[in-house]
Amino acid sequence: MLTKLTRDIATLSRRRWLAATAGLVLGLAAFSNAKAADDTIKVGVLHSLSGTMAISETTLKDTILFLIDEQNKKGGVLGKKLEAVVVDPASNWPLFAEKARELITKDKVSVVFGCWTSVSRKSVLPVFKELNSILFYPVQYEGEESERNVFYTGAAPNQQAIPAVDYLMKDEKVKRWVLAGTDYVYPRTTNKILEAYLKSKGVKQEDIMINYTPFGHSDWQTIVADIKKFGSAGKKTAVVSTINGDANVPFYKELGNQGIKATDIPVVAFSVGEEELAGIDTKPLLGHLAAWNYFQSIKTPENDKFIKAWQAYTKNPKRVTNDPMEAHVIGFEMWVKAVEKVKSTDADKVIDALPGIEAKNLTGGTSKMLPNHHITKPVFIGEIKANGQFDVVWKTPGLVAGDAWSKELEGSKDLIGDWVGKKCGNYNTKTNKCGGQGS
Amino acid sequence: MFATLLDRLRALLLAILLAAAFALPALAEPFEDAVAKFANDDFSDTDEAIGAVATSGNPLAFPIISALQDGRLSADPDTKKVFVTGADGKIIDAATGEAVDKLPDNAAAVRLNNRLRRAVEAALGGLTLLSPDPAKRIAAAQSVFRSHDESALATIDGALAKETNKAVKTAFTEARAAILLYKADAAEVEKLESVAIVKARGDQEAMALLTGLGSDLPPNVARAVTSAMASIQSNLAMWSMVQNAWYGLSLGSVLLLAAIGLAITFGVMGVINMAHGEMVMLGAYTTFVVQEVIRSRYPGLFDYSLLIAVPLAFLVAGAVGVAIERGIIRFLYGRPLETLLATWGLSLVLQQAVRTMFGPTNREVGNPAWMSGAFELGQITITYNRLWILCFTLAVFVILLAMLRYTALGLEMRAVTQNRRMAASMGIATSRVDALTFGLGSGIAGIAGVALSQIDNVSPNLGQSYIIDSFMVVVFGGVGNLWGTLVGAFTLGIANKFLEPVAGAVLGKIAILVLIILFIQKRPRGLFALKGRAVEA
Repeated sequence: MLTKLTRDIATLSRRRWLAATAGLVLGLAAFSNAKAADDTIKVGVLHSLSGTMAISETTLKDTILFLIDEQNKKGGVLGKKLEAVVVDPASNWPLFAEKARELITKDKVSVVFGCWTSVSRKSVLPVFKELNSILFYPVQYEGEESERNVFYTGAAPNQQAIPAVDYLMKDEKVKRWVLAGTDYVYPRTTNKILEAYLKSKGVKQEDIMINYTPFGHSDWQTIVADIKKFGSAGKKTAVVSTINGDANVPFYKELGNQGIKATDIPVVAFSVGEEELAGIDTKPLLGHLAAWNYFQSIKTPENDKFIKAWQAYTKNPKRVTNDPMEAHVIGFEMWVKAVEKVKSTDADKVIDALPGIEAKNLTGGTSKMLPNHHITKPVFIGEIKANGQFDVVWKTPGLVAGDAWSKELEGSKDLIGDWVGKKCGNYNTKTNKCGGQGS
Repeated sequence: MFATLLDRLRALLLAILLAAAFALPALAEPFEDAVAKFANDDFSDTDEAIGAVATSGNPLAFPIISALQDGRLSADPDTKKVFVTGADGKIIDAATGEAVDKLPDNAAAVRLNNRLRRAVEAALGGLTLLSPDPAKRIAAAQSVFRSHDESALATIDGALAKETNKAVKTAFTEARAAILLYKADAAEVEKLESVAIVKARGDQEAMALLTGLGSDLPPNVARAVTSAMASIQSNLAMWSMVQNAWYGLSLGSVLLLAAIGLAITFGVMGVINMAHGEMVMLGAYTTFVVQEVIRSRYPGLFDYSLLIAVPLAFLVAGAVGVAIERGIIRFLYGRPLETLLATWGLSLVLQQAVRTMFGPTNREVGNPAWMSGAFELGQITITYNRLWILCFTLAVFVILLAMLRYTALGLEMRAVTQNRRMAASMGIATSRVDALTFGLGSGIAGIAGVALSQIDNVSPNLGQSYIIDSFMVVVFGGVGNLWGTLVGAFTLGIANKFLEPVAGAVLGKIAILVLIILFIQKRPRGLFALKGRAVEA
């Protein structure tokens, strides 16, 4: 029976029939798109909904849909409704570029919210430059970049990694450092910055251990034993972890099983948030730290309101919120304000209007878009609690301005990004020329 | 018997002493002030309060500090009153010890950070040195060993004189040695003795203690410390070899477990099954579902959840396996390229199906009590979850081997894979055997998922991370030979773990791949090549 079916499918007539159906469907889709184009403003959502990164990015897609829904309830933007165009780049970096092109040329979106990994951002950059559109990038990243078409609402290293190290140095009196990361660009650059920073604070080379592991590493026995050994040199030791999402769970489990407690060797992580903790048993993680610009547990009226509305929208009273979501909230509000300011969705006008725009963040402050296309954010250090939430144990006194170029690295310490005065992403303040070292 | 009697006597004595201390009114004032500091919700105030309360000698000190450690100490920020909720649910006012009916509405648990948790542990160490429970006394001595806090010396000396339990006595002696080593005005003879005691302990903590000593020591002591460190170091180096071997065995067992199902479907049947990893994932999700049901309906059964999940995972993954064989693979026998593509597509379909059903995020699979924690063997730490997985893997392997060797189905499987036509002429329903064999391989992959859920993420991507390793093991061990898979898995595991400390995790993995490529060049059929007619078939 099935053999016959397969043979049938293979025949020419069946193929032609399939092609015809597909064509019809595509045609209908194009028709409905064209019809909707006039009376709405389109917002592109470029987040992976399948593949490895779906674990993190799906929530961000929902966040943008939620924000658009809220905005439309308030009457939309410029009297028009917002319409989301969601595509799935499937955790496939070249596909990100293709989908970005499709969003801008075919769907004619006015702005795109998207990407998570640095490699996906790098792969869509040329598309946004060529077609002159706008990307809001919501994730903490390694810095060393400032592009005219991209607005970075996540943390730069000086808004996450460096304050975290400061906290450990001052409050926990840490003298010995393990920099552990997954082997790709974000951990490598961040660790390079941290290493330079630690050395500038007088930490000796032999007190720094750097360790990289492959993506999805699951056998942490040797590395945890190494950390234990490194930590028993009589000096207070901490682990600064840039280990990527998925590999964290086995890492923390191994720490717990080998009896390393947060009071002995604390781990401060830059990629572990509420969303990641929602899927795991938090008992062995108690007291370990994370550095972010937002925690769900922060009590402010804005945050309470946002969490309630979000949980109502997703119809899930347990749905958690996290830092990149807040970045999208801020970025979305900034974009709406900029569009309303220039009364147009034209990319050039909006790009010029964005620097200087302010938006309330969810932790009680007001973030501002800077000329280097990064924003000001507060930095919090949180300790993991048994319920998978964080208890804030430290925060910066005010908001920290994001540095596009790290002041700690030789190649980039003289560079600034300034798209207002200098119209340049890598302006060298020593030679007063645009296009210094770096990118 | 005698020991318990002594313990009881000691407890009685302690109670009398504490009651006497309670009767002293002079202590009350500063103590109350110190306790009130807990209500400020400021980490440095809490730190001061811990110090003041711990050294106050007040009988409430121990309940307060231990309540603080367990998050049972709460404070009212308005009235500055602090309350202890006992383990039995009774509430008392921390400053006066009077019973309170219920907590005020705005009372919140006093917060701790890591620095304070350490302070609490050290304080409790001092307070529990005289505890009637020997295990608590040992733990207290350990924390004194780590903190080498001089103020505990008098208590330790007193406790040591009365101690009868041998293990506790050793712990006290070591703690005393640690304090003396760091005490500036201790006599040289005492310091030398202390070095010897710490040297005898010989573990990483002893090493840490000696490394932390610094350089301002009398020359004799400094020499003794250096030689002690060298001796501990060489001892630890030997143990680290043992540790690497154990880690290798443990990694090998995980590889074997993931590959053993593939050894059947790919090794015995010759089907390149790229969806093998997804069978592992299905097993892991079955465990998740079983645990969810247990959590909501029968919480008492949680420790048995894995035992319940094993047969279910076998059935679920096995059934899916049979369906795949009947629905797709049987049309593709003898066409390896098409099989590869079809099963790879299938793996994507299964991943996305699970993603749609359970969501893209990790699912929480808990470790039962008997799978958590570790024990020390000499100087190495053996974690229970890895140990159980090793045992479990070997059990699965033996059962599978026995099944192939001694059951009718096993005989039929071997007959069909060795010579299909002959088997068919002998009256074996070969297509039924194919389906069952594939189901068996998939079912075993499902069982592997149950075990892997204990050490890895339960996410739709779970299977992907194991598929390459599994093929590597089967090809390296020799296709069609279960013993080859066993030896291959353990060889790769141990080689990986001995390379990792030298080359790092990333390079180590690359080195292993290169070695396998070279090996396959030399011996294309793997470690244990099958000989005879089966090779040609």
